Amino acid sequence: MSEDMVLLLGKALGETVYMVAVSMTIATLLGVPLGVLLHTTAKGQILEAAALNKAVGAVVNAIRSIPFIILMVAIIPLTRLLVGSAIGTTAAMVPLVIASVPFIGRQVETSLKEVPYGLIEAAQAMGASPAQIIFRVLLPESMPSIVAQLTTVIISLVGESAMAGAIGGGGLGDLAIRYGYQRFRPEVMLATVVILIILVQLVQLAGNTLARKLDKR
Amino acid sequence: MIKLSQIEKTYATPAGPLRALKGIDLNIKKGEIYGIIGLSGAGKSTLVRCINMLERPTRGKVFVDGRELTAMSDSELRSVRKDIGMIFQHFNLLSSATVYDNIAFPLRLAGKGEDAIRAKVIPLLKLVGLEAKAEQYPSQLSGGQKQRVGIARALASEPKVLLCDEATSALDPQTTRSILDLIKSINERLHLTVVVITHEMQVIKDICDKVAVLDGGVITEQGTVLDVFTNPQKDITKEFISVLLSNELPVAFRGGLVEKEYSEGAYLLLRLTFIGESADEPVLAGMIRKFPEVECTMLFGQLDQISGQPFGRMIVGLTGPQQQIDMALGYLAAQELREEVIGYVRRHGAAAG
Repeated sequence: MSEDMVLLLGKALGETVYMVAVSMTIATLLGVPLGVLLHTTAKGQILEAAALNKAVGAVVNAIRSIPFIILMVAIIPLTRLLVGSAIGTTAAMVPLVIASVPFIGRQVETSLKEVPYGLIEAAQAMGASPAQIIFRVLLPESMPSIVAQLTTVIISLVGESAMAGAIGGGGLGDLAIRYGYQRFRPEVMLATVVILIILVQLVQLAGNTLARKLDKR
Repeated sequence: MIKLSQIEKTYATPAGPLRALKGIDLNIKKGEIYGIIGLSGAGKSTLVRCINMLERPTRGKVFVDGRELTAMSDSELRSVRKDIGMIFQHFNLLSSATVYDNIAFPLRLAGKGEDAIRAKVIPLLKLVGLEAKAEQYPSQLSGGQKQRVGIARALASEPKVLLCDEATSALDPQTTRSILDLIKSINERLHLTVVVITHEMQVIKDICDKVAVLDGGVITEQGTVLDVFTNPQKDITKEFISVLLSNELPVAFRGGLVEKEYSEGAYLLLRLTFIGESADEPVLAGMIRKFPEVECTMLFGQLDQISGQPFGRMIVGLTGPQQQIDMALGYLAAQELREEVIGYVRRHGAAAG
């Protein structure tokens, strides 16, 4: 493989990592509160609000049911509005975030459900407010599980970011299609696939290690 | 200290309204250990949760330390709950926090500084005997140790009341014993009012001063443990007690015909109950001296303690001339003990011969 190709691969990897890291950060900041909302407003929970819970749940389901490749194209006007362009690495992050927020919301909701209700009851008996229960009981107790779930989200983001590359988002997916597929260079295709595999393995390993370290059960 | 008046709790279920509590009146004095016993489904857990308003009663009033909890808003309730500690059957400790941090939890909720927290937690660790475990996580502890953490945590905010919801039901008998001793010593040392919810009469007998029997959402019987134990009125109470007190006849007499009338050679079986001081007096020796023709055979005996009072039970069999037996009965009736005539029964061996 030529030296310029190695440079291209390096640049593409950088773009992928950048896209995944930034969109994951934003999506986590929005998705975790969404998960908390989904869990705590459910029936029998500390902030029970059935109507709100149903409405938010319906929106989450709606977004999650749209395949990423369609979502990406469908929201182009919104992307233009937010970042001024529909093409480029930054533009690709808009659909990545929008697809990931409801995903994270559901994952976090699942993690929070694992916290035994007795713990919430004990905290209430000690005079804890709903906010204290969320920040001092629910989130710390489910942290190992949330970390494991977020690891899954990062991995699916790596995949989706490659798809975003196809509409001019840059990154490894973009490189694989433009060089590997359209210019018939199988060694480039192979190299991107190998890099993606290594990337996913590393993310999974890091996620597992962190989750294990946090888990005191 | 705790006053419940006409507490009712009704749950809406798909099968229609479920009346878990049907008008509970309860008065618990300061410093008492008050036991509430009932079968599962009797409403005990609902009742104890009404005391700290984890469950809002559908009707009725709850007073703790003179304040009416049923009239309070959620935020007022949160502050008053700091005066009511609670421990649970499944401990409900934070698995992600160390023993130290679990005990510190209510203090952190109250916004105390780390120095103040340390000054509070260290003596509590000593009190429950877990100084060496401060930095361990709950998963590394035994059930008894977990409940000790639960107790220390409940005491951290210096409550006036401690609610124990089946606190020993998940523990083995030895561990139960040590946890009950701890609760008792805390009650004595800190003059804490304690409410104990249980389905085990042993727990009531070991530490409670008073007891209420809960059945089908109503209190069917209540009083001092000694009274309820020695003179149970309701079947459900008798059943709870029978687990601890053997009420069966000795094997040699079991299944035989029990007759009301005297017949020669038959034993008059008596069940004698000694309470308090009388348990120390030589009542039987006195009877034997007075009526030498009456033969007294001891068939069953048990000496126990209830609320610190000696409590003895025995079954004796008397044989001899009818007149002497009647006089002996009269003598026993005049003593400070309770006697119950079972009847005239023949030994299996004698009946066959």
